[in-house]
Amino acid sequence: MGKHFFLLVMLKNTSVLARGVVGARAVASRGMAYKAPLTDMNFVLNEVMDAPKHWKKLGYEECTPDLVEGVLAECAKFSEEQLDPLLAVGDKEGCKLVDGNVKTPTGFKEAYKSYMEGGWQGLSAPAEYGGQNLPLSLGLIKAEMIGTANWSWGMYPGLSIGCMNTLILHGSEEQKQKYLTKLIEGTWTGTMCLTEPQCGSDLGLVTTKAIAQDDGTYKLSGTKIFISCGDHDWTENIVHIVLARLPGAPEGTKGISLFLVPKFIVNDDGSLSANKNVDCTRLENKMGIHGSATCEMTFDNSVGYMIGKENTGLKQMFTFMNTARLGTAVQGVATCEQALQGALPYARERISMRAVTGTKSADKPADPIIVHGDVRRNLLIIKSILEGGRAFLYFSAMKGDKMLLAKNEEEAKKFDRELGLFTPILKGFLTELGCEAASLGMQVWGGHGFIQENGMEQIYRDTRIATMYEGTTGIQALDLLARKVLMDKGKELNKFISEIRSTCFQTLNGDTSKQSWKLLKYTFQWQLCSAQIAFKAYMNKDIVQTAATDYLMFSGYVTTAYFWLRMMDTSYKALAKKPSNPEFYKAKIQTGEFYFNRVLPRASMHARTMTVNPSDIMNMKEESFWHE
Amino acid sequence: WKRVVDYAVKIRVKPDGSGVETANVKMSMNPFCEIAMEEAVRMKEKKLVEEVVAVSMGPASSQETLRTAIALGADRGIHVETDAELQTLAVSKMFAELVKKEEADMLLLGKQAIDGDNSHTGPMVAGLLGWSQGTFLSKLEAADKLKIQREIDGGLQNLELTGPAVLTADLRLNEPRYATLPNIMKARKKEVKKMSPADLGVDVAPRFETLKVVDPPVRKAGVMVSDVDELVEKLKSAGVV
Repeated sequence: MGKHFFLLVMLKNTSVLARGVVGARAVASRGMAYKAPLTDMNFVLNEVMDAPKHWKKLGYEECTPDLVEGVLAECAKFSEEQLDPLLAVGDKEGCKLVDGNVKTPTGFKEAYKSYMEGGWQGLSAPAEYGGQNLPLSLGLIKAEMIGTANWSWGMYPGLSIGCMNTLILHGSEEQKQKYLTKLIEGTWTGTMCLTEPQCGSDLGLVTTKAIAQDDGTYKLSGTKIFISCGDHDWTENIVHIVLARLPGAPEGTKGISLFLVPKFIVNDDGSLSANKNVDCTRLENKMGIHGSATCEMTFDNSVGYMIGKENTGLKQMFTFMNTARLGTAVQGVATCEQALQGALPYARERISMRAVTGTKSADKPADPIIVHGDVRRNLLIIKSILEGGRAFLYFSAMKGDKMLLAKNEEEAKKFDRELGLFTPILKGFLTELGCEAASLGMQVWGGHGFIQENGMEQIYRDTRIATMYEGTTGIQALDLLARKVLMDKGKELNKFISEIRSTCFQTLNGDTSKQSWKLLKYTFQWQLCSAQIAFKAYMNKDIVQTAATDYLMFSGYVTTAYFWLRMMDTSYKALAKKPSNPEFYKAKIQTGEFYFNRVLPRASMHARTMTVNPSDIMNMKEESFWHE
Repeated sequence: WKRVVDYAVKIRVKPDGSGVETANVKMSMNPFCEIAMEEAVRMKEKKLVEEVVAVSMGPASSQETLRTAIALGADRGIHVETDAELQTLAVSKMFAELVKKEEADMLLLGKQAIDGDNSHTGPMVAGLLGWSQGTFLSKLEAADKLKIQREIDGGLQNLELTGPAVLTADLRLNEPRYATLPNIMKARKKEVKKMSPADLGVDVAPRFETLKVVDPPVRKAGVMVSDVDELVEKLKSAGVV
């Protein structure tokens, strides 16, 4: 009997390896492995957002709760078993440029093969080009799991989806048949080549040239930098979407066109040219996301094909700017999830001192640090941003569903405007707080958080870029305040505030009345601040600049509070029905209370600082910033 | 096959000692059943079998894991639905009846379920049907005869069986695939027949009663001895030498 038992225990552990994990299970040194938080995700989807009803209404007949559950469960398995184990090795090895070809970390390529065979890349792509035609929002949740398990790895298929979306929206039928089908299959991947050495935020300064040829093609010359996943060893071809300028085109943003430039030219018979059409001439050495190849791409009379019409390049790019920003906002949520999953087990095991109110673990020489208020506070900050951010993300993703399925251009524009209010808040706010969460995750580990083997500092290094790429926080802030609020004269904002108020009024006298009142007051403050800035801007435009980031953060805290209110209300209602898992709902309510008490008040600070006269920021002479 | 507590979950004994806590605990496909499923699908891909039917017995929640099995490549599924506590004799009898009803000539099971660890079902069904049995398989070659390799305590045993046979899968038989997204979606359209134990004419009343379940005793710290003499002395005073 004893022997039998021993054998069983061994097998139980080894069954973990049953899927043939490629690459060292370096997770053991981290003491934690990613587990997809399916309970929480399903709670938000089904109980808070009523996604099944939303998807059915949009005509996604196949998107029933059990299909979605099955899809998410399988994606979770893949992320946990294939991608998470590669997180440490991806960071340690990084990418290498060898004879002009990028080699990705050990195991990355094999995981992609598995991903491709699973048919995952085409999840939300149109069926007519080989996709599964599932909603964008479901694709985003897939991206969340993949990205939480291994953000670097996830950037490759993620950027490819950006390329796919460009072609879906603007490509010609021929381009779709030739390139989109392969991208959806995953046989090829795609990238977005916008940034150049002299311009990132200001794409009006793009100088890459495109010269028309007699056969209708173009020859592109120029340099693009910071191209994520610009080259790799995963697929036989890569499709680059490139912004370039035609000779004689108008200056600035109005003279940019969009081109498709393949790494290897695709002949009419489907074969690939022997020589490269585009070169990766440099790999950046970065602080983090080492597994993602950040490339300098050199175009030297590279053959390209125009997408859409001349000089409409930026306009075309902006049509899916919103969905692209959703993808980056995911990184904020993913980081919070990683930080919590990394910090919590440590806090429960590491012993240090005794609880202020008396010994909690008499059998140990000291209490686990989770008994201490400061540690709890850090964990709860991470948790409340994580769960609130997730609800905000799914809400926005579902708005994206509506936009993509709009019946006509007018409806598409309507949903795009609605979504457009949220995307800068989502991206700007969640990524900034993601950095805070990553930092707090390290803090919980104390000095050990600084030690590389423990994996916590990697979370911070990998997420620090999130506030910069895909539009810096400053850019998101300006987009929100100047374009989405002021230029819009507050129309979309007021619509959203009405929605928030409606929830507040409905719940004012119920279990969440304390929170409902607080949130209601903040909605008034939101409108007041917006009006104050609009008014002051007449006299001095600078205030838009100096107020923007505070405005963005204010908007983020208040919007997240709205989703917390909804989640708390849903949880109270669920508890009244005596569910089988009351602890889950109680925890939601407690976390929501924490958010309203300890995190939301930050919005008040931003409200105070945003309306201050811009002179204290704008008047200082450049030379005065520092004296020898 | 069986829906069990996920292998990675830390098991907790229920406060009243009547069993282990399964409410709101993550449940998954029994890992050995997954391997059996993979083997069945591979045989179908090699055209060694015509049809693969996935079977699960248990409450309504068993259906979700059954759908996953179909997504892995089964042609259809059968769900014997019952909320009763199912013990191995009942399960074995139901499998025997199902095999007869479906006119199957091979039954592939996981070697044991990781909750009960009984390892009864395979041999019991073989006994009930009078079929050959090959248990703890680490290799399987199917042709006119079934060439199998078994993992036994003494090492590896190679045998040849004549069908029909009950086969149970061990860990090293294969590496299960991931369900592809297109197959997950197609799985929803495949047939899942619902049955009850009564349809199979089997009385599933438990044959034995669990009296008590307790945690294993906490491991006491060992005593370090300085040399062999001290060890022998301690063994002598403990009366074991």
